Amino acid sequence: MSVLLIAEHNNKEIRPFTLNAITAATQIDSDLHVLVAGNNCTDVAKSVSEISLVKKVLHVEAAHYENFLPESFAPLVVKISENYSHIISSANTFGKNLMPRVAALLDTSQVSDIIKVNSPDTFVRPIYAGNAFATVKSNDSKKCVTIRPTSFDPAPTSGGSAAIEKIDGTEASNISKFIKREEVKSDRPELGTARIVISGGRGMQSGDNFKLITAIADKLNAAIGASRAAVDAGYITNDHQVGQTGKVVVPDLYIAVGISGAIQHLAGMKESKVIVAINKDGEAPIFSVADYGLEADLFEALPQFLEELNKLNTIQK
Amino acid sequence: MKILVAVKRVIDYNVQVRVKEDGTGVVTDNVKMSTNPPDDNAVEEAVKIKESGKAKEIVAVTVGEEKAQETVRKALAVGADRGIHIKVDGIVEPLAVSKILQKIVEKEKPDLVFMGKQAIDDDCNQTGQMLSALLNWPQATFASKIEIKENKLEVIREVDEGLETIEVNMPAVVTCDLRLNEPRYASLPNIMKAKKKPIEQMNASDLGVDTKPRIQQIKVEEPPKRKAGIKVANVAELVQKLKNEAKVI
Repeated sequence: MSVLLIAEHNNKEIRPFTLNAITAATQIDSDLHVLVAGNNCTDVAKSVSEISLVKKVLHVEAAHYENFLPESFAPLVVKISENYSHIISSANTFGKNLMPRVAALLDTSQVSDIIKVNSPDTFVRPIYAGNAFATVKSNDSKKCVTIRPTSFDPAPTSGGSAAIEKIDGTEASNISKFIKREEVKSDRPELGTARIVISGGRGMQSGDNFKLITAIADKLNAAIGASRAAVDAGYITNDHQVGQTGKVVVPDLYIAVGISGAIQHLAGMKESKVIVAINKDGEAPIFSVADYGLEADLFEALPQFLEELNKLNTIQK
Repeated sequence: MKILVAVKRVIDYNVQVRVKEDGTGVVTDNVKMSTNPPDDNAVEEAVKIKESGKAKEIVAVTVGEEKAQETVRKALAVGADRGIHIKVDGIVEPLAVSKILQKIVEKEKPDLVFMGKQAIDDDCNQTGQMLSALLNWPQATFASKIEIKENKLEVIREVDEGLETIEVNMPAVVTCDLRLNEPRYASLPNIMKAKKKPIEQMNASDLGVDTKPRIQQIKVEEPPKRKAGIKVANVAELVQKLKNEAKVI
């Protein structure tokens, strides 16, 4: 049987995590169909049809799919699920919101946030914020699976010419209503998807001192993170919190500054590709996960770091 | 108005979780257990609504082994009025938990059901959404602000792109983000008082819910260990290594 992937988009463009989910989905079965449901989303359906791994696009138009409210969206997925062995989406706030509603309506026990496909019914997923990896086998006849985007490469966006099939939608639900969406206006990359993250901990000593971090983040085009201790101390707002109770990040480079490395923080960043720790306490647990540790006073090290980065640019030019 | 709050007992977030040597799970013997952190936010929000005069009763409910009762007791100590404990041993998947909660909702008829957005043990992030699907109620997930407007609820949700505001009809299921509020601590007198509040106990089988797992856990293992890193002497060496060795800047 084929697999069905639910595309996340904004009615104009496909959202990037869908491409990672496509890669994962084709590891389950190569006969991949993608549902593009929205309002005036013809361009999205067309761009999805150009993805070489996609075999067919199901395109649904209705005003009540514009904002992807799950009360209207889940019944649509259920309606078209009949011919599919797997229903798949990315495990970001879009998929996390929608998929369990679909799974419950199908009486399926969902497999969340997989990082590896072992076989069409067996997957690896992190539990305890990545402190353990569980290999699980789903015994449901129809499987609902969400994909951790950072664990799969994005699918190439060209080379394909899949058929686009227009299908009918389902009735609108009127029990919920979309009011507005405020996108965080920032020139900085999102914490969850940034290639480089620089985080400060209690060692920063004040919110004002975070400007040392900001300067480097500007230079590296990095997102700014923080430990729970820094958030609890009021140095920075909690949307920056990295850790088990905050965001889990997997950047190419993670720079931990003045962070001792409490378990709950490590759980949120230790899968990063390269970790740098700057801390004046040489015994701090953060050094046990760091690829490069610098035992130094951050108030001296950070300005020097910025200076060295500036030098690099001069050389490159 | 009546609010049902679901709470789960999990390994405390400050504990270093260790995988069992036989690969069957993680070590829970002699390990500190606590209420799942965002469930504390769910309880707090319910208590705040009751304090504002908009709710009359808060019922705290948990599904789990005998000791899961502790989480209900804690909710009672910060302001819930009574508790329900549905006893189940072993792994209970979110689908089964949501079916159990559906039975409790049908019996209690709350106007709102609150719970944390995700449990920090299995990290599934499913139960609230599944419960609302089974009840055919609206869902407001990852809530960081809740405002009651007559028979509707305006909720600000934490989504990847920023914040989303939705309005849902009541009754509704709300899953709470850590940013929703600052959970209070229970005072000693309130902890003592909570000991007298009633907790009704029942078995999942009494409710006619099959809790047999559909997902087979084949093995649990430690994530791959990181290679030991090095200490650099100064900032210049650090930048040089990042550029030439790790090639990340």
